[in-house]
Amino acid sequence: MSTTPTWGRPRARGATGLIALVAALAGGLLLLAAPGASATTTSTFCVPQADVSACVSGTVGNRTDPIEGADVTLLDENEAEVDTVTTGADGKFSFQVDKAGTYYVSVDPDSLPDDQEIIPPADKFQGPDGSLIVTVTLGQTTVPALEVRSVDYKAGGAGLGTQLIQSVVQGLRLGLLLALASIGLSLIYGTTGLSNFAHAEQVTLGGMLGYAFCNVLGLNLWLGVVIVTLICAATGYAQDRILWQPLRRRGLGLTQLMIVTIGLSMAAQYTFQFFVGADTQKVVVESFSSFTVGPVTLTWMSLIAMGISLVVIGLVGYVLLFTRVGQATRAVSDNPALAAASGIDVDRIIRGVWTAAAGLAGLGGILYALVVSNGIRWDTGMQILLLLFAAVTLGGLGTAFGAFIGAIIIGLVVELAGPLGAPGDLKYAVALIILILLLLVRPQGLLGRASRVG
Amino acid sequence: MDTILNILSNSVEEAIAPTTAGLVIAVIGLNIHFGFTGLMNIGQAGFMLLGAYGMAISITQGLGMFLAVVVGLLVAVVFAFILGAPTLKLRGDYLAIVTISAAEIIRYVGRLAALEPWTGGSQGIFGKSYQPAFVKLSFFGDGSFTLLPVNYKSLGLGTAGQTIGLLLLIAVIVALVMLAKAMRTGEGTLAGLAANRTVARVVMTVLGVLTFVLMFFVFPVSYGRTGTNGWWVRAVAWFFVGVSLLITWLLVRSPWGRALKGVREDEEAMRSLGKNVYVIKMQALIIGGMFGAFGGMVYVISQSVQADAMGRQLTFFAYTALLLGGAAAIFGPVLGTTLFFGARILIRGLAAAYIPNSIMGDQQTEQFSYIVVGVGLMLLVIFRPQGILGNKRELRFNV
Repeated sequence: MSTTPTWGRPRARGATGLIALVAALAGGLLLLAAPGASATTTSTFCVPQADVSACVSGTVGNRTDPIEGADVTLLDENEAEVDTVTTGADGKFSFQVDKAGTYYVSVDPDSLPDDQEIIPPADKFQGPDGSLIVTVTLGQTTVPALEVRSVDYKAGGAGLGTQLIQSVVQGLRLGLLLALASIGLSLIYGTTGLSNFAHAEQVTLGGMLGYAFCNVLGLNLWLGVVIVTLICAATGYAQDRILWQPLRRRGLGLTQLMIVTIGLSMAAQYTFQFFVGADTQKVVVESFSSFTVGPVTLTWMSLIAMGISLVVIGLVGYVLLFTRVGQATRAVSDNPALAAASGIDVDRIIRGVWTAAAGLAGLGGILYALVVSNGIRWDTGMQILLLLFAAVTLGGLGTAFGAFIGAIIIGLVVELAGPLGAPGDLKYAVALIILILLLLVRPQGLLGRASRVG
Repeated sequence: MDTILNILSNSVEEAIAPTTAGLVIAVIGLNIHFGFTGLMNIGQAGFMLLGAYGMAISITQGLGMFLAVVVGLLVAVVFAFILGAPTLKLRGDYLAIVTISAAEIIRYVGRLAALEPWTGGSQGIFGKSYQPAFVKLSFFGDGSFTLLPVNYKSLGLGTAGQTIGLLLLIAVIVALVMLAKAMRTGEGTLAGLAANRTVARVVMTVLGVLTFVLMFFVFPVSYGRTGTNGWWVRAVAWFFVGVSLLITWLLVRSPWGRALKGVREDEEAMRSLGKNVYVIKMQALIIGGMFGAFGGMVYVISQSVQADAMGRQLTFFAYTALLLGGAAAIFGPVLGTTLFFGARILIRGLAAAYIPNSIMGDQQTEQFSYIVVGVGLMLLVIFRPQGILGNKRELRFNV
């Protein structure tokens, strides 16, 4: 029997063919069972065994931006070399040791890209020759922090100007995205008097749905953005229908309503965690190409996101100023009782406001996850909630255009705080300090009227 | 049955933990703000964090325990003053936004790498660097110890005995609640008993003591006498809860306390009576803030000072606890906080034990318990805004 094996006739291959088929199937199943596994895995994967061995492993750079080809060296207590590995495409390295104690980890600077360097460890973790002290316990994996920064991170003099311009552009980007969410927040406040603490979760929801549609289901990004915005708007509609309108009818006080939004926000955050987990998820896997104009480097996606925000905000402004619905909204915002008396259906207007606000927040969320935070996490929205409140208060509680201006200012402040000397996370704090200072001198906000303040 | 008893045991343990006591004190402060004065302070965690930092840093810099506590309280006074000065003249939601922002600023500043020698940066201050000063004060001696010398274990009653004890405990608690309700409204099955105030009070006290004794009989918990997680910490923590309750009670029934409620109900009326509303609000903010700072100190004494562990979430828990127990009720914070923490552990334990892992993983039960807390808070505010002990008429106000 010497027939050539062809597709459809695996029998001809005999036993070998069958084994190969089973193996292929098993392999396929394994792949299916590990959906999160990336194509490139580290060659030296290490699992610590209790009382026998320990691992020192980690990533050079960070997870979203790993460094390939860095030479990582592990030295023992006596500064004798234990091992050296070169990181793969995922930037991961891993050593296995069988003795607890102090070790030193260092990265060969020559193996890093020319414009990058390892952030030197804090004094108490500083080993010889700029290495990092790690304390190893048997049966555990120790993860040394080997993060990189660009060599000219401290660019002074001429560099500062460039950095400032770059920051201004980034600030405008952040401001426009914040504006999308804060206009809704402000409109809700204006028409119902409610400070909605769950608004940030609407932002997160936008990013999460974006992750679900574009990443998990693989939908086209633009289609995804539209669908996400629509779904988010629907959640706003449903929320008002199921929750807020009945509560308004019950005559629940504003303080109580505010606490209801706090409960809603807490429940929503943990619901996100329940389904998605505590990790950052990317909306789209691939990274976007960027362009450089003068001192400014920006991804195309950022530009598009800014454009979308501008157009949408312009649209909202047009509706508010020049249409009857907008006029009615402003009337309700001014005085609900009077608006109702002059024949405006206040409940319908408020429902429209909730719908629009949730939709805008969702759009802001997916764009924010795409271009600013580089992914979405259960607390992404919570992190910007205070910036939203700062923007709304800064511009004047309840005024839509004030919220827009406030958001731009807050965005600029946050992004400019870094190059102007505010360390790390303090850039958010700076925005809040400005808010408190402004309340001292002009409590009604930039565009608010003094009479509105109690 | 053993699983259930085990889960219940865990929740009781959580309910009497020193961290719970710390939060109770902070919630008492929040009650002065929100319950009695109607101030919407959403930055109580910031006060707690400041108090904790104030105490821990003072101790690590060489101050004694008592001075350190004073430093923590003074920091809170200054903080309250800074917060109140610009906002107390404005409408209530300004205070809300400023307090939550200020609490976040404190958290960010505490995490700063530049401040690592003092605050420990994002790692925080480890407990072992300030706990010895506290443990040194103990006069409880060494060894470990169970609060009740007899419990179902030493009597060898086994599961059956424990179950009976548990049912008894539930019966006593139900009787306690019914009696309290009858005393308040004069209705219900126990109304006859409640009519005679003296008898009712005695019965109430007896039932209360019985609850406490049964609790330790059914759930024997053995801890070290001193140490960072022993009876010493618990005794001190709950002692200060008692002191705080007493102070609050005295404050609230004083003329000043009536002025607080006046501000809550109608600021304009108070103003027309010649009261300086701004000053009264400021005093309330400072006193409640000091309770918050002290609660923060108690909260961290058995663990470590970690900025991220005392963020907005903690404030929200405090609100849930306060509203559960009943705002503007003296005992509301105690009842609410212990129930809140106990119930969360209970929900988590039940979900872990009875919901199959394929539906809800181990990590997810934790999140599930928080989802229940969030939804619970919403339902509570909507359907029973006065909580368990509160008075509905007292919560009509708007900030």
